[in-house]
Amino acid sequence: MIIYGTALLAVCHLLGIFLGDLLGALIGVKTNVGGVGIAMILLICARLYMHKRGLMPQTTELGVTFWGAMYIPVVVAMAAQQNVVAALRGGPVAVLAAMGALALCASTIALINRTEKDAGDETVTEPSSDVKTGVKTA
Amino acid sequence: MIEMLEKTVLHNGLVTAFAVVGLIMYVSMLLSRYLTMGRVHGSAIAILIGLGLAYWGGSHTGGQKGLADLSLFSGIGLMGGAMLRDFAIVATAFEVQATEARKAGMIGVVALVLGTVLPFIVGAGVAYAFGYTDAVSMTTIGAGAVTYIVGPVTGAAIGASSEIMALSIATGLVKAILVMVGTPVAAGFLRLKTPRSAMVFGGLAGTVSGVSAGLAATDRKLVPYGTLVATFHTGLGCLMGPSVLYFAVKSLVA
Repeated sequence: MIIYGTALLAVCHLLGIFLGDLLGALIGVKTNVGGVGIAMILLICARLYMHKRGLMPQTTELGVTFWGAMYIPVVVAMAAQQNVVAALRGGPVAVLAAMGALALCASTIALINRTEKDAGDETVTEPSSDVKTGVKTA
Repeated sequence: MIEMLEKTVLHNGLVTAFAVVGLIMYVSMLLSRYLTMGRVHGSAIAILIGLGLAYWGGSHTGGQKGLADLSLFSGIGLMGGAMLRDFAIVATAFEVQATEARKAGMIGVVALVLGTVLPFIVGAGVAYAFGYTDAVSMTTIGAGAVTYIVGPVTGAAIGASSEIMALSIATGLVKAILVMVGTPVAAGFLRLKTPRSAMVFGGLAGTVSGVSAGLAATDRKLVPYGTLVATFHTGLGCLMGPSVLYFAVKSLVA
């Protein structure tokens, strides 16, 4: 039944958030530490475990994958309720700090990802277009 | 007639949100196909429309929750709220290949630490340049440059003023929005192709909302890898902000 999948997802979600809160309390910060990440790891483990034992029929999987597919619409709804007005009113400090931080991080990401050995395998002809986008966004 | 329709919409907030977001997605897909010839992903356009509506809603009502402040669209607040967002994020982990995730474990940790320290240094530096030279303000704004949650959490812990806190949240918000919009454009430069590269990105770009939306607009398959790392970002930031980073700033400016 589809609800089994959704229930499994719900249990992993709750358990992960709970463990995240617990972890936060243990190290003395008033926030959830990696709760969603823990929930994701729990779900991955649950899937591997149940798959091996044949406990994961297609309909059960559908109960999870539906919510995975709802992800982008949920993000659109999330974007629609950000305090964009305040973000723009923050003035040059907020914008400069954010842009500076991102520029530095983007360069670091680009640097680290260029060390990945198998990254360029399938796209040998692309570097020229990469350079172009790089210039545009820099 | 109109009143009855309004009542129906008001009493079915979440269902209304599904319909509204569905419509936004449809319009975005059309815009993507015919206006940009598929070059800008429909999801990115949808997120931009969402942000635009948030600006419209925010300036219309003077509230802090964008479109969700209009009672007709209150369901958007539930649909895009933390609960359903996290629920959907966790669900994307279902598609994660465990072997891929394990391969990138160490690089993910490195990216996380860099993703906390580098934005913090830039944020604190900009704050200093604009005359916020005390350790508390510099730390709070620097933490805001990590994510808009780390900023206020850190500020509250070390006793920053509400003006500084607002500035710190604004910094984080601008960053999240830039990541959402800029990721698909910069994907080539960032080499966002593999699960490992998505994890590096998730650790360094930080904000869960920005990373997840940005990756969603780039390549949906990469979302779980990026967010898996990014979710630890806020926790790490909240841990380091009021402690190690604050002490470091204090010893530097004092």
